[in-house]
Amino acid sequence: MGYVAVRGGEAAIAEAIRALDVLRAGGTEPGPGAGDPLQVDAIRHQLRLLVDRVMGEGGLYDPRLAALAIKQAQGDPLEAAFILRAHRSNLPRLGESAPHRGSSMRLIRRISSAFKEIPGGQRLGPSTDYLQRLFRLDLLDEDPAAFRAAAQAIPGVPATAGNFPKVVDGLRAEGLLQDAGPAQPAVDITRAPVTFPIPRPARLAHLTRGETGGVLTMAYTTMRGYGYLHPTVAELRVGYLPVLLPHPLTGEPVEAGEVLVTECEIVATHGGGPGEGPPRILLGYGGCLGHNEVKAIAMAMCDRAMLSGDERGVRHPAEDPEFVVCHVDGIEAMGFCSHYKLPHYVTFQSDLENIRSSAAKLQGGA
Amino acid sequence: MTPTSDVPQTNPGTQFGFLDDFAVREIRRGLLKALAIPGYQVPYASREMPIARGFGTGGMQITLAIATPEDRLKVIDQGADDSVNAVSLRRFIAASCPALLTVTRTPEATIIQTRHRVPERPLVAGQIMVYQVPYPDPLQIVEPSEAKRRASHAHGDYARLWVKLYEDVVRFREVAISNRYPARVAGRYVIDPSPIPRWDLPKLHRSPVPHLFGAGREKKLYAVPPFTNVVPLAFDDVPFEVERFRDVAGKRNRCQRCGADDTFLDEIPLTGQASRWQCNDQDRCSENLGYSDGA
Repeated sequence: MGYVAVRGGEAAIAEAIRALDVLRAGGTEPGPGAGDPLQVDAIRHQLRLLVDRVMGEGGLYDPRLAALAIKQAQGDPLEAAFILRAHRSNLPRLGESAPHRGSSMRLIRRISSAFKEIPGGQRLGPSTDYLQRLFRLDLLDEDPAAFRAAAQAIPGVPATAGNFPKVVDGLRAEGLLQDAGPAQPAVDITRAPVTFPIPRPARLAHLTRGETGGVLTMAYTTMRGYGYLHPTVAELRVGYLPVLLPHPLTGEPVEAGEVLVTECEIVATHGGGPGEGPPRILLGYGGCLGHNEVKAIAMAMCDRAMLSGDERGVRHPAEDPEFVVCHVDGIEAMGFCSHYKLPHYVTFQSDLENIRSSAAKLQGGA
Repeated sequence: MTPTSDVPQTNPGTQFGFLDDFAVREIRRGLLKALAIPGYQVPYASREMPIARGFGTGGMQITLAIATPEDRLKVIDQGADDSVNAVSLRRFIAASCPALLTVTRTPEATIIQTRHRVPERPLVAGQIMVYQVPYPDPLQIVEPSEAKRRASHAHGDYARLWVKLYEDVVRFREVAISNRYPARVAGRYVIDPSPIPRWDLPKLHRSPVPHLFGAGREKKLYAVPPFTNVVPLAFDDVPFEVERFRDVAGKRNRCQRCGADDTFLDEIPLTGQASRWQCNDQDRCSENLGYSDGA
């Protein structure tokens, strides 16, 4: 009877957890074993993109806890994001930060593929885009002194303060951008039930917590012909945004800290068919916690695709908000996929009875 | 300040029932609405729990929102009190609800949280059934879009479901829905009763207890209040049937442990001989044996 053994459940669970911890410590590896325990700070800095991904999908900006979650989950990003999100679930909501413009970002990277030069300048920053994906064998057994020296190679690398205008602001001033309509209030999807039709702020909230691969898959369908979207990255920026909270006494916004975010605006041209007015430039927006460029771009494409669905009716899967929003959450998808491991022998017995009964009736010619 | 950003009076996760005050309030309000509109699916902002989606987060949120220190809780999964998931859920609920007693005997329980079964022993007033629900909407088998399904429910339009049942009867001489069998509640909304077998569905009809359904991942609550009609969808000339557990000779199989012939049975295939049959409801089976097995 295995895992439903009568009165065996408690002991089996305890042993399963112990076995997991044995593997965490490298227990079955031959040779030198797992080495020293991973320090949370090492994960936080040396696996920064994983930490960022976990924070984004977990929906909580806390690099230290995200690093702990990664350690605890033995490197599984879905599990790690799940731990972070379960922790976040009933944390008190202390207030609502004021909306604010990405132009006040302290940048580490900013590029536009729409123009050769942009006001404020292109800034490549840390990027794997032009890296040749060849092994760096020197990292196999890295010298600690060289490692420390690498951290100092470019003084003051992180960020540039200053107000860089958004590329799309120029297009907007020229009157070429499609009117986005009146501003809609933000929706806290963790506190308000989802209903359809779903407003754009709630869609964006779902996408920004979406699983990176899930959001990418949805966006990729629009790139390959399930929805013809030819996007141009008007701007992709990575940097630190201040978190502004209302002062408890005056209500004035006060800077409480800053978070690393990735933001992307894509633009697509619209030909202006019969009865559709002059051609306009359509915008899609993506933004997520941490440094995660693929997710921000993919999210902007999904946003654009769904807006197109709103405007002229849904023609492709990624233009349907329900299809996108209900399926991009990695933690929900992973949970439901895993649940099929639970025993299902009652429902299967019921299926068997149903099939046997039907077969008997058909055979009997009834 | 909006109510959602008030500061709760206790630290998260440390108060009785794990959930913060806002979650408890929202779930209780949702349940009251669900009881007031039998069978209607109430959307709610389901919380992430420290157990995975699909493992019973909906049922667990209901239990945590309604439990009091005086309650006695029974948790079953596939009819068993001690299968791994039942153990895991019970352990978490017990840890977050100090003083709440956990029990396995059906008549002793005030709250019964279940996955896929309703206890065989008739329920009595004072008990509450809580179901873990994977798919809250009976129309999901004919319509993938929630927006369209909600419109159908609002119009009382179950035509596509009826057509599916009719086509099943034509093709298979039988409705090919073995569990999650759709039923009309109080003459209005059709519900998905969660993946209970057909065997259990009549137990909901005019039951003396409230049946509360929680779909955590799909973020819906719904309910069947006590003494409410729950009628499986069926045709006058093709009546609703439950599992029959007949052997090849047409004789009703019995539990080979307690001898019962009035329970839902598990079939345990054996190599080279006929299957073994045993009560699925572990507590009922032990009760039939006078708990002489030490349970």
